[in-house]
Amino acid sequence: MRLFPVSGKFALTRKLMEPREREEVLILGATSAIARATAAAFAARGDTLYLASRDEEELRRIAADLRLRYAVEVHHGLFDAEAIDTHEAFLASVLKAMPNLSGVVVAFGYLGDQRAMRDFSAGAKIIAANFTGAASILSRCANQFEQLHNGFIIGISSVAGERGRQSNYVYGSAKGALSLYLQGLRNRLYPSTVRVITVKPGFVDTAMTYGMPGLFLVASPQYIGERIVRSLDKSADVIYLPWFWRYIMLVIKFIPESVFKRMKL
Amino acid sequence: MQQAFSAKNICRKYADIICRSAMATLITPISGWGRYPVQTCELERPERYADLRPDTDSVIARGQGRSYGDAALNEHGRVLLTERVNRLLEFDVAKGCLRAEAGTTLAEILDVIVPMGWFLPVTPGTKFVSLGGCVAADIHGKNHHHEGSFGDHVLSMELILADGSRVICSPSEKPELFWATVGGMGLTGIIGEVTIKLIPVQSALMKVHHHAAVDLAQLFRIMQDPDLDDRYTVAWLDSMATGKNIGRGVVMCGHHVAAEDVPDHFHGDIKPAHRLSIPFNFPAFALNRFNISAFNARYYKKEGGRRYPFLCNYDSYFYPLDAIAQWNRMYGKHGFLQYQCVIPDAASFDGIRTLLEELSGSRRPSFLAVLKRLGPQGRGLLSFPLSGYTLSLDLPIRNNGLLELLNKLDEIVLQLGGRVYLAKDARLSTESFRAMYPRYTEWLAIKNAVDPQNRFSSSLSRRVGIGGSAI
Repeated sequence: MRLFPVSGKFALTRKLMEPREREEVLILGATSAIARATAAAFAARGDTLYLASRDEEELRRIAADLRLRYAVEVHHGLFDAEAIDTHEAFLASVLKAMPNLSGVVVAFGYLGDQRAMRDFSAGAKIIAANFTGAASILSRCANQFEQLHNGFIIGISSVAGERGRQSNYVYGSAKGALSLYLQGLRNRLYPSTVRVITVKPGFVDTAMTYGMPGLFLVASPQYIGERIVRSLDKSADVIYLPWFWRYIMLVIKFIPESVFKRMKL
Repeated sequence: MQQAFSAKNICRKYADIICRSAMATLITPISGWGRYPVQTCELERPERYADLRPDTDSVIARGQGRSYGDAALNEHGRVLLTERVNRLLEFDVAKGCLRAEAGTTLAEILDVIVPMGWFLPVTPGTKFVSLGGCVAADIHGKNHHHEGSFGDHVLSMELILADGSRVICSPSEKPELFWATVGGMGLTGIIGEVTIKLIPVQSALMKVHHHAAVDLAQLFRIMQDPDLDDRYTVAWLDSMATGKNIGRGVVMCGHHVAAEDVPDHFHGDIKPAHRLSIPFNFPAFALNRFNISAFNARYYKKEGGRRYPFLCNYDSYFYPLDAIAQWNRMYGKHGFLQYQCVIPDAASFDGIRTLLEELSGSRRPSFLAVLKRLGPQGRGLLSFPLSGYTLSLDLPIRNNGLLELLNKLDEIVLQLGGRVYLAKDARLSTESFRAMYPRYTEWLAIKNAVDPQNRFSSSLSRRVGIGGSAI
C-alpha cells in the first residue's frame, strides 16, 4: 500500500509523475549565470523560452546560443525589475509572443554592497530589485495563472533570507521578504493548481560571488539550473540547493537570538 | 592614520574588494596545463561579452588554460577568463559556417555540429580547448599536411583592441591584424568572436589503420608513403626505445567514414567510453623509466598489432587522453614540460633521430612522444607550423638538468632551421625565439601599432621579448 499516493484526491501534488508537456516559460533576469543554466535545463527538455533582462546584447547572445544548442524557440525582451509601472505592458508583450505561458522563473537579484547598511539610498535599490520588483511582476503572473488554473512560479530567493546577519541583512531581508511572498502566493494559488517553488541556493559560482574570500561548498550554476528544473517533477515547495543548506540553515535558525546577536556572521 | 585603520574603513575596503557588483577579481596562483610554472595572477571572469575589455594594466585572455606553459599566465598582472563567454551565435547548416564566442570549447561545438553532419576543419589532441585559444596558438591537427592550421579555416573574427573598441578582421579585411592575431598568443587584443568554416562529414565514425614500425627509418617510410597516408596521420613513438629500436612506433592513419560504410551495429552508438579521472597528484615515483618502458612495450604490441583497419568514434581517435580527466596530475605535483618542435623536411629524419638519441642518452622518462607531419608554413606571423616533421615530448620535472637538456635540443632544432611551439613552451629564451621566428619583427610592428602601451602581455610575451617589459 502506498502511504503517499501520487495521484487522486490526496496526491501530494497533482503534477507529480506525469510527463510534462512542452511548456512556455518566462525567465526574468535571464543573463545571470543561474538563469542561463536554468534556461539551458528547460531548453534541454524542449520548452519554449522567453528571456528577459535589462541587457539587450546579452539576451540576443544567450537566445542564439540556446536555439543552436537545443533547437528550441527562444524569444527575448527587455525587462527592468525596478521599473514597476512597465510590468503590465511587459507581461502583455510576453503573452503576445507566448500565448500559452505556463511558467515563470524569477532569477534576478542584486547583491549590492556593504554601503547599503549605512546609506539607505543604496539599500533601497537592493530592496526594489530583489523584493518590490519581484512582487510586482509575480502578482501579475499569478493573476494570469490563477485564471488559467495552470502554471508554475519559481522564485530564486537565497539562504541569506533565512536570518538577518550584520554582513548582508539588507539583501537578506529583501530575499527573506521574497520567500514570505512566495509562501503566501503558494497558499493562495494551491486551489488553482498553480505550483509555487521557492529556491534557496547557497553559495553558487557566479559573478556575484567570484573572488569572495571565505566561500565553501560552492555549487556550479549548471547544478543549480538542473535541480531547479527537476524540482518541477517533484513535490517539494521549498528547495535548498545543494540540499545540505537546509540543515546548515536549520542550525543557524536554531541559535537563540540572545546568542546570535553577539556573533559575527 | 587612525582613521585608516578603523573597523569601519577596513570593512569598507573589504566590501569594495568582494562586493564590486561590476566584477570581482580573484588573486591566486595558477599554471598552465603542464602545471609549471605556477604564478600568482589576478583573475577576472566576465560573464557578459561587454565585460571582455582591457584595463590600463597588463592583461591576457585565458580560455581553458590548456596551453602547457606560461602563454596564459600573467605574473602580477590580470588574466581574463573567457570560460563564461561561450555562446554559439550563428550556424549556417547549409554552408557549414559557425560563429561563436571565443570562450566556447571545441567539445561544445562538436556536440552541436556533428549531429548536423559537420566537423572541425582542424582539431588538436583535446577537445577541451577554447575557440579563442585555437586561433591565438594557430593550432594544428593530424591533417596539417593536407589542410593547414586552424587559422586557415577562420573566416573572420571580432577583436577587442587595447582602447576597448571592437574590430572585425579577416583575411580580406584588415589582413595584417588578422594574420598577426592568428598565432599571436592573444597579444594583439582579446579575441571576442570567431567564425569558422567547418568540413562536411557523413558520420561520427573514423576508419583507422595502424602501421607498426620497428625503427625510425621504417616509421618515416610509412609516413612518407603516399599510398599509406590518410587525411589524418599521426605517429606514436616508444620514447623509451633505445639503440637500434630508436624511433619504434605506430603510425595511425584515419579518415571520416562515409554514410554507406557505416555498419548497422554502429548506428546511434557514438558515446565515448566512461571517463576516468585522476583525483590527486601522483607521487614522483609513480611514473618511472621502468613502468613507462613496460607500458610502451605493451602499447606498441597492442596497437601496432592491429593489422586491419577498424572503425571507432571520433572521440577515441582524436581525443584519447580526454577520456582521463586531469591526466596532467599523473606527472606529480612539480608538473611537466612539453617540448614540441618542428624540423624542416630536408633535415627531418636526421634531426628527429638526433633529438631522440639525446633524449634516450639523458635517460629521462618521456611518457609520450608523438610525431606528426606538417605542411607548408601558413600566413600567421608567429604561427608554429612549417613544412616538416613535428615531435612532441612530455617530460616530467624531477631533478635538475632538464632545462639544460632542452636548451641543447633548442640548439639542434635551431641549427636545422626548425622551431619550438610557443603554446607548449615554458622556457624558451628570447634569443632562441628570435632566431626561430624570424617574422617576429613584422609582427612586432603590427603589435606596436595596435597596442602601443602593451596592455596585452603575458608571462610568455615578456619572457620571449614580444610585448611587455621584463619584470
